[in-house]
Amino acid sequence: MTGPPLLETRGLTMRFGGVTAVAGADFTLGPGELRCLIGPNGAGKSTFFKCLTGQLRPTEGEILFDGESLVGEEPHAIARRGISIKTQVPSLFDGLSVAENLRLAAARTRNRAETRAAVDEIVGLVGLADRADSIASQLPHGQRQWLELGLVLACDPRLMLLDEPTAGMTKQEVARTAGIIREIGRDRAMIVVEHDMQFIQMIAHRVTVFHQGRILAEDTMDNILADERVRDVYLGKQAGAGRERGDA
Amino acid sequence: MSRNALGLWTMGVLSLVLVFGVPAIVETFALIDFTLFIAMAILSLSLAFVWGFGGILCFGQSAFFGLGAYTYAVAVINMGESTVPILLGILLPVILALVLGYFMFYGRVSDVYLAVITLAVSLVFYYLIGASAGEEYKIGSARLGGYNGMPSVPPINVPGDPSAAVEYEALYVPAAVLLAVVYFGLRALLASDFGRVLVSIRENEARTELLGYDARRIKTVALAIGAGIAGLSGVLFCAWGAYVSPTVFSLVFTAQIIMWILVGGLGTLTGAILGCVLIQYLATWLGETKIADVNIVLGAIFVAIVLLVPSGFVPMFARLGDTLTRRRGEAGS
Ligand SMILES: Nc1ncnc2c1ncn2[C@@H]1O[C@H](COP(=O)(O)OP(=O)(O)OP(=O)(O)O)[C@@H](O)[C@H]1O
Ligand SMILES: [Mg+2]
Repeated sequence: MTGPPLLETRGLTMRFGGVTAVAGADFTLGPGELRCLIGPNGAGKSTFFKCLTGQLRPTEGEILFDGESLVGEEPHAIARRGISIKTQVPSLFDGLSVAENLRLAAARTRNRAETRAAVDEIVGLVGLADRADSIASQLPHGQRQWLELGLVLACDPRLMLLDEPTAGMTKQEVARTAGIIREIGRDRAMIVVEHDMQFIQMIAHRVTVFHQGRILAEDTMDNILADERVRDVYLGKQAGAGRERGDA
Repeated sequence: MSRNALGLWTMGVLSLVLVFGVPAIVETFALIDFTLFIAMAILSLSLAFVWGFGGILCFGQSAFFGLGAYTYAVAVINMGESTVPILLGILLPVILALVLGYFMFYGRVSDVYLAVITLAVSLVFYYLIGASAGEEYKIGSARLGGYNGMPSVPPINVPGDPSAAVEYEALYVPAAVLLAVVYFGLRALLASDFGRVLVSIRENEARTELLGYDARRIKTVALAIGAGIAGLSGVLFCAWGAYVSPTVFSLVFTAQIIMWILVGGLGTLTGAILGCVLIQYLATWLGETKIADVNIVLGAIFVAIVLLVPSGFVPMFARLGDTLTRRRGEAGS
């Protein structure tokens, strides 16, 4: 790797009572890199994200962002440093309109005119320009995902964490989401958690496989697909699931 | 005209009527009653802001109100001039709220515990001050007087001139002006960036924090603003009656504030004023005519409203208005 990493975790561990959700993960992400994170249900992917964003305080281990420790920081302070997350279950301001949602996200770092411009730009980028005045709770599921993508983007982060951004989307919506992510991933680092292999093939360069809270493999998509261990724990089941969805 | 602009104009005109019109037509004794309603309406607004918009379930708003009243009483008895006591009556509740807010919000106390803690603070005041009957409980020359309260509290005076008292019906206009200032001030605050973020915390605190806003700080500030307004209301209340007793900290009183808001509608400022005046008026009227026991009637009304109009009156009428205008629009097109 060239230059210092943007994000690095060392021995990151998160235990819930007897359950160890993240078990000593050593993870490194370079500046501007787009990484996909895959792994079976319960592998600890979402928990890993929650540790990175301060929603959970890791039991052990270190998180370095730009060389500085994030452990023990409050979620808002981490957001201010430039990490923004789309959560697995969309988290929006349900009572507010699309534009108002985006305005809240954009207004923290911008004056009024800049905020308006940013909202106009992002609402187009995530394909919601004609829904700007719709109330968030009334959006169909796919559009809610896009709105949350817009919220994340409006924070103008240096690192975006996207937890299952295509969950519940139709095939066309998935393709469109891939387009959006490629577009916004051009000038910022990103970690994308997904189960949809076709989607990952559309966007991925390098893929990290999580298994039982640890990193099982990390390589290019092609090598990952050929990896025996990955097949055993994950892809075998996943290929079946993917085919079902493709046929439907 | 948008509904918001229409509402703003309506409230503007109503405030002018309240400040200038009402004193011209209403008799003196009624004006004195109205002054009390106004002081209480300011208190109601303070909780409407904290609870309805900040989502902070503060069941001890009476603590800030009572602290404002007692602070004013003690300070004005000692100083003789009312300007500094009024400011202290606002400042001390603000400080109490900052301290409480720091422990509750920075300690991530859950909503239910927050309600319990604030209520407990009010009750602690109730018993502490109630136990201050003896001669030895004096602050300067002001005797706290236990459950008997503090009588003969000097009135508010024209700033700098202790001989120019603003009492009885003369207190009406300043009180009405203050109500308008608080109302429009809160509207402006809610329309500002601070207000937007406050409401977004109510809607989704986790998301607001992930966007980089410090919910703990914002909620602490909101609680303090509400406490200052409640303190101001307490000052007016104390100056109005020249008297304060521990009942301002009682469970019955703090429950009443919550009731005003639920009757008028949680999440509206106008509703808080309306609910407060409506209930106060009813209580006064029942008390005078002795038709029925005040507490039983109010309790029954409260239960009926919570069951039949759970959103409160103002949101209900707003929805009704929306439906009607939409019908008319459809008929016209
Ligand atoms: N708050 C919690 N308390 C207790 N256990 C938890 C908690 N959060 C997660 N876990 C457990 O930790 C493990 C990892 O969960 P996590 O949600 O991180 O998995 P994931 O990789 O995101 O799975 P999925 O693909 O289904 O979203 C699971 O066994 C889960 O039950
Ligand atoms: Mg998950």
